[in-house]
Amino acid sequence: MRMTISPALVVMLGALGTPLLRGRARGALLVSLPIAGLVVLWVLPEGVGASFEVFGLVLTPVRVDALSRVFATGFLVAALLTAIYALHLRDSLQQAMVLVYAATAVGGALAGDLLTLFVFWELAGLSSVFLIWAGRTERSYRAGMRYLAVQVLSGLLMLAGIVLRVTAGEGLEFGYLGLDGPGGTLILCAIGLKCAFPVLHAWLPDTYPESTVVGAVALSAFTTKLAVYTLARGYPGTEMLVWIGAIMTCFPIFYAVIENDLRRVLAYSMINQLGFMVVGVGIGGAFGINGAAAHAVADMVFKGLLFMSMGAVLMRTGTTKGSELGGLYKSMPQTAVLCMIGAASISAFPLFSGFASKSLIMEGVAADHRMVIWLMLLFASAGVFHHAGIKIPYFAFFAHDHGHRVAEPPVSMRVAMALAALLCITIGAVPSLLYGLLPYPVEYELFTTPHVINQLQLLLLASMAFTLLVRTGLYPPELRSVNVDFEVVYRRFLPSAWHAAARGLTRLRARVGAPVRRATEKLWVAATRPLRPDGRVAVTWSTHLMIWWLVLVLGGVLLLALL
Amino acid sequence: MNDDRRWLDEPRNVTRIVYGLAALCALAIVADVFYRKKPHFGIDGWFAFYPLYGFVGSVGLVLTAKWLRRFLKRDEDYYDRPERDEDDD
Repeated sequence: MRMTISPALVVMLGALGTPLLRGRARGALLVSLPIAGLVVLWVLPEGVGASFEVFGLVLTPVRVDALSRVFATGFLVAALLTAIYALHLRDSLQQAMVLVYAATAVGGALAGDLLTLFVFWELAGLSSVFLIWAGRTERSYRAGMRYLAVQVLSGLLMLAGIVLRVTAGEGLEFGYLGLDGPGGTLILCAIGLKCAFPVLHAWLPDTYPESTVVGAVALSAFTTKLAVYTLARGYPGTEMLVWIGAIMTCFPIFYAVIENDLRRVLAYSMINQLGFMVVGVGIGGAFGINGAAAHAVADMVFKGLLFMSMGAVLMRTGTTKGSELGGLYKSMPQTAVLCMIGAASISAFPLFSGFASKSLIMEGVAADHRMVIWLMLLFASAGVFHHAGIKIPYFAFFAHDHGHRVAEPPVSMRVAMALAALLCITIGAVPSLLYGLLPYPVEYELFTTPHVINQLQLLLLASMAFTLLVRTGLYPPELRSVNVDFEVVYRRFLPSAWHAAARGLTRLRARVGAPVRRATEKLWVAATRPLRPDGRVAVTWSTHLMIWWLVLVLGGVLLLALL
Repeated sequence: MNDDRRWLDEPRNVTRIVYGLAALCALAIVADVFYRKKPHFGIDGWFAFYPLYGFVGSVGLVLTAKWLRRFLKRDEDYYDRPERDEDDD
């Protein structure tokens, strides 16, 4: 048995040292931990590490194969970028939690058994909630509680599924789970919550935009992509996922178009991007799984970059509401350019990372001859360009100048954004760098003439549509408003139902209570009358009567005994 | 952080950009004639399928979303003061 060091433990234990250090030493620790994690990850040989038995169940905390390594690498790179982005903070709690949270995602991706996965699954929720609470306001406290409730619920569902598997004699091994296996549905529900399946998605746009400047960047990378990894490991080729994913790509873009808070727009576009990955897992096979993994890694970087740029805007102007922003390119030109690189990447412009990764999924869908799904994804591709590619930079940095005259964000934040942008362009220009990490060998020519031209046609005409709609005044203006989504169920309907039930009960007590009390009192008086001093039972009985009763009772007992 | 008028502040220049974009779009559509398509389905082999789909899809998306606002839009403090709203009804 070989001893193995887990990169997750390296980062997690190291992160606990953060509050002990100050200044440059703390910064050095923050940046060096993800790098150390990457080194450990890539030094580890493929295969399972040390395993041990607990209560007859085999635990394998570290398993390295191509699928787990590509996700873990993505998590550690995202952790490095987020750590650099967080360097300016004077809040060691947030800095430590960013790394602990990242480590839980790495640990989950490397988990060889379901119990280890469950532990990291729960730790991810528990550590990341601090990134929402770190806002230190009543509003962020409440959002954090809602977030935590969902994360814990997801964990409980997973635990229940694991227990079912173990009792069915399947053991703890984390391989293909499938819907037909014992506990398969429960575990899929647990993943569905964290992966923001339709209807279960509401927590994501509800709580992510409530987190801190740095928190949103970290949140955008880890929880949902860990869910995608778990899906790719446990449910590849599950037909249902193709449809779930396709719906996920389409419905959030309608919300994103009319949403005012630009970080919430990004949260919706995140569900849209997750949809592409879920479709990839659903079609399975080399293209599907490669596409899902590649897109997950690319998304960690470009979505992180977009959240970073909006974080910079939030930090400097105090808001990310489209209705209050505009014209920021004058005072934050560098952030504007970096944001647009992220926007081009998520929109899958040729030579940017999204093009390299999303094309694999589109190719997989096309090779499977699923035309309806393919048309849905193509529509969603045009849609994501609309809300994330154009809307975000346009309403933040251009559009109507709201007169914000602010400074660029601190250097460390700009460095993080620049590195993320560099990665987006590098992956986009030399996709083989990413393709080489994928679980299956990639036999795919990305830059073919038809593919590049078709993508440019789609995006150019989509931007023409945006331009025409804006210039004719048909484009819905940014309004100070919120749009109800499924979170209305737990934020309004359930509380109102609870209040209504409480009120109804009070009213019911007032209306029914008094008559019932009077009636019971009367009944009590009537029932106890024979026992009162002047009642029938209380008068002196004759011996004669007593003996008759005695005989009757004894006779009854005798009869029962004989029967 | 100077507050001079920028190039983009001039409406004429914005119009120029729009014309530039229109020219690019026209170019992209014309490009459809000059390469051999390898369609996966029948539909994506049609002339100008991608540009049309992108344009119609986007317009449809934005107008539908605008229409959905009628049902989905609420005040900004819709969730923040549920207690007060409870008292109202």
